[in-house]
Amino acid sequence: MSDEPPLLEVRNVTRIIDGEVPTTLVADVNLTVRSGEFVAITGPSGSGKSSLLYLLGLLDVPTSGEVLILGRAASKLSEDTRADLRLATLGFVFQFHFLLPEFSALENVMLPMRAAHRLSEADMKTRALDLLTSLGLGDHARKRPDQLSGGQRQRVAIARALANDPSVILADEPTGNLDTASSDQVLGILRSLVATKAADGRGRAVVIVTHDLDLAARTDRRIHVVDGRIASDERVEPGPTRI
Amino acid sequence: MNLVVLVAWTHVRSRIRQTLVGVLGVATGVGFSVMMAALMEGSQRDFIAQLVDSLPHISVSDERRSPPVQPAEIAFGAAEIRGQITPALRPGIKNPYAIMASLESWLPGSVAPSVQARAVISFSGRDTAASVIGIDAKREPNVSKLVTQIRGGSLDNLYKASNAIVLGDGLAKKMGARVGNSVTVTAGNGRSISATVVALYHSGVSQIDDSQSYTLIKTAQILAGQTGLVNEIRVKIKDAMQSREIAARIEAETGYKSMSWQEAHEDLLSAFKIRDFIMYTVVEAILLVASFGTYNIISTITHEKTRDIAIMKSLGLRAATVRQIFVLESVLIGLAGMAIGWVLGLALSWGMEQITIRSPYMDSTHLPIFYSPYHYLLAGGVALLASVIAGYFPARKAASVQPVDIIRGAS
Repeated sequence: MSDEPPLLEVRNVTRIIDGEVPTTLVADVNLTVRSGEFVAITGPSGSGKSSLLYLLGLLDVPTSGEVLILGRAASKLSEDTRADLRLATLGFVFQFHFLLPEFSALENVMLPMRAAHRLSEADMKTRALDLLTSLGLGDHARKRPDQLSGGQRQRVAIARALANDPSVILADEPTGNLDTASSDQVLGILRSLVATKAADGRGRAVVIVTHDLDLAARTDRRIHVVDGRIASDERVEPGPTRI
Repeated sequence: MNLVVLVAWTHVRSRIRQTLVGVLGVATGVGFSVMMAALMEGSQRDFIAQLVDSLPHISVSDERRSPPVQPAEIAFGAAEIRGQITPALRPGIKNPYAIMASLESWLPGSVAPSVQARAVISFSGRDTAASVIGIDAKREPNVSKLVTQIRGGSLDNLYKASNAIVLGDGLAKKMGARVGNSVTVTAGNGRSISATVVALYHSGVSQIDDSQSYTLIKTAQILAGQTGLVNEIRVKIKDAMQSREIAARIEAETGYKSMSWQEAHEDLLSAFKIRDFIMYTVVEAILLVASFGTYNIISTITHEKTRDIAIMKSLGLRAATVRQIFVLESVLIGLAGMAIGWVLGLALSWGMEQITIRSPYMDSTHLPIFYSPYHYLLAGGVALLASVIAGYFPARKAASVQPVDIIRGAS
């Protein structure tokens, strides 16, 4: 396993937003995430933890430094290539479910598959239904987001993040709007994903951003960010695959 | 279903009211454009039809466009003869019946001979200058509308008196002559005959009604003093629009000047071109206004959908895909508007056609409407093009949304 490149690697990444007063969001961060890791990025509001996640997710481009996905340098890639890479290897879960309101749960989950053009219509439907069923939403597949509870919506969002069998799942405050029971359920699902493997045999990693320290305590690795810098990086409980 | 089609279709369907407003905007534009075009072209064709029917489509006359080449010029390269003019005395068309027979063998239409003479017509001491046209009363109905314009008698009455004449009703009124009266016709060369008025005609063009009269060819030949004279062969073509080409062929075959109605009315045809230009400008302006509505709607949708666009892009949709979605939405509105607009245009055209114009001076007529698939294709095509352009700009803006800006703002 050691010859396999890390799923995510961040080298000396700095992100500065231009403006009258340039703001440094992320300063000189180095970070490596390997398969099987369940990572929490914590920190106070405005510490830059979400900004770091967007850089990891190729939603944002670093001012300097390099982000590598599956060993591939991504910072200099064109916007289209980064979009293709997101589609194929990354899955996002946001604080707000961010489902498309006009589409059923099933269609929302099928959306990234349609964009990827890899499966037939029937296969996409089967896969989406399987994903929803595995998350306990088999009976709600035809409902639109406004007919679902907050916890159900967030689980649909997780199913959508898994649509194209990604290597890395990135979650930004995934339980931020949920009650305790739903939070537990969502966290349980994310943890179980770490143990699963993608169809190509590659392991998975889950990175969540949260300000909830109780939640972070239930992950395997906690990275604390203060003022855009990594203040601490501790492994509490060894993950399934050791470095 | 394709992602782009699915999302675009869902957007326009879930915003049915906005979509309908956009569709109706385009439909109104297309509908009125089609109706305008049908009315403009209808009136133009109606005008041409009246113009064309009042004249022969092609007039083959005994004139030549240029003086004949002199034998000396053919025989000697150095010879040049100047000061020649086309003969002033009308020589008549040589072998007119042979030429007519040869034309009839290939022409898609009919031919008729005529003889023209200038004369003074006198009745009860009043003299009026008029032109006397000798016609073949049997062939004439094939090339002109004269037979339908006859009042108080019939064209065949020309055969019923030894010297019969048909006067324009304006001419008859000027002289106070009626059917059955005897008038004196004096040609420019002094020959004079006495003729019986056997019928009147009314063409609707007062210039003609006030100055033209018809006799048999034989009578006109006597007046002109030239036996066997035929000045003009008139031709009516089944499709009047081919007249120009056919006239050129006649001229090449016979050597006589053949003037098509188009050539005789170049000025009118160029006026029609200006009319066409105005029509198309107005039509396109209507469609342009409609496309502003579409622009507005797509702008609103992209604005409302900024969050969804950010989500789709964060999932890994390319900017081009997002752009396609919104351009397609615009095209869907354009397509629906085009289809409804066609029906509306057809209905409006039909409604216009039912309007009857009554005038004391002429027979009541319907508004002339010309139905042409070309109008529908043009209006539809311009509407679609305008929709694509109207959708493109908001779509481009939508595609440039940076997901991180939106997501950061939301959480």
